[in-house]
Amino acid sequence: MKLDFSILTKNADAIAHGFGVTIGTWLAGTLIAIALGLLIAVVQLYCGRQVTRLLRAYIEIIRGTPFLIQLFLLYYGGPSIGISLDPIAAGTLGLGVYGSAYFAEIFRGGFRSIPKGHLEAAVCLGMTRWQMIYRIKLPQMLVIIVPALVNMIIVLSKETAVLSVITVPELTGVLTGIGTASFAFIEILLVLCAGYLALVELTSHIGQWVERRVGRFMLR
Amino acid sequence: MFKISTLLESLPLLAQAALSTISISLMSLFFGFLLGVVICAMRLSRWPLPRVLALIHVRFFRGVPLLVQLLMLYYLLPSIGLNLSSLVAAVIAVSVCESAYVAEILRGGFLGIPPGQLEAARMLGLGRVHTIVRIQLPQALRLTLSSLVSEMIILIKVSSLVSVVGVAELTRTAQNIAASTYRPLEIYFMAGVFYFLINGTLAWLGMLGERRLLKAHQS
Repeated sequence: MKLDFSILTKNADAIAHGFGVTIGTWLAGTLIAIALGLLIAVVQLYCGRQVTRLLRAYIEIIRGTPFLIQLFLLYYGGPSIGISLDPIAAGTLGLGVYGSAYFAEIFRGGFRSIPKGHLEAAVCLGMTRWQMIYRIKLPQMLVIIVPALVNMIIVLSKETAVLSVITVPELTGVLTGIGTASFAFIEILLVLCAGYLALVELTSHIGQWVERRVGRFMLR
Repeated sequence: MFKISTLLESLPLLAQAALSTISISLMSLFFGFLLGVVICAMRLSRWPLPRVLALIHVRFFRGVPLLVQLLMLYYLLPSIGLNLSSLVAAVIAVSVCESAYVAEILRGGFLGIPPGQLEAARMLGLGRVHTIVRIQLPQALRLTLSSLVSEMIILIKVSSLVSVVGVAELTRTAQNIAASTYRPLEIYFMAGVFYFLINGTLAWLGMLGERRLLKAHQS
């Protein structure tokens, strides 16, 4: 078997664009997911039982169903209730919603692992509720959860491959398209694997660096 | 807007498809677990070569999306002359991917056993096999049961990707029905309900199992 990589140089533009779409949907989806997850976690801390129960149901439903089904519901089912999105928008939003449930759980765990004494000390110092959240809870929680956060961000980077099923022109979609047109599957798949591996390794290295940087705040 | 009648008509077909989703996941878990034990043993080996091979296995299969792995097997097997049915190919792909995750979970379990236990076993004159079977394995399983259950739940969910290579499981069947009835909202909603029920049941069973193990541990 002979490998012919000219098929890749010929389609370099399309592949680069696909990689760009992968990274774009990933970053945008992650941002939505983290923002939404944080909101859910904070609201759970400070709202009544009914609201909390509703949010728990949201988290359980999102975590209990496959990402692919959620995407199908949003992209194919959305138009019948008036939500018509183009593939990239649907994919990014889907990624954000999917991730938000997991991030909410990570944040919740982080809030819970803050020692009670810190909160009691804050109350003794006469801090208000919101001061306690943003001066005591948030900073400590953010440090504790870094490893879990990085892990989830990596998981999301791999989930972007699923977006190809709803015709988002990202790396997997573009490359398998070239593959079916040229039958050069081995070359295509090698590049595909290398692309994702590079993305994952890079992210986990950045994550380790961040972990080291914020780790010093934990020593006190 | 939301037609209940389409929902009800699709129920029997979807229920049948749910069974095949469960069986694909169970098969993948079984083979993935077996391979995962081997990979885990290699990672904890004394010799460098198996260690490195196992590390490459884990890095690769955890670093590449399962969808890409599925497509790889789907496109590459015919080109090297192997003609497997899409079901077999899918189960192989999911099992191999699963083995990487299982190996890491088990490794965590084995490393979590206090070293004093091994020293005690050696003091009592237990052989290597005895130590593994009677001391290490039961404790490692107890330490990792909850992770293994959540891995099983993840497996049910990722088995939906198998639909992409044409295996007729829950997601694929839902796609087919949605295409023929033009009612994607209802059908995918129902498919989601099925996945949710399966996973809820699994989580519940896992909780029961964990409680029993804890009880057995205490008595």
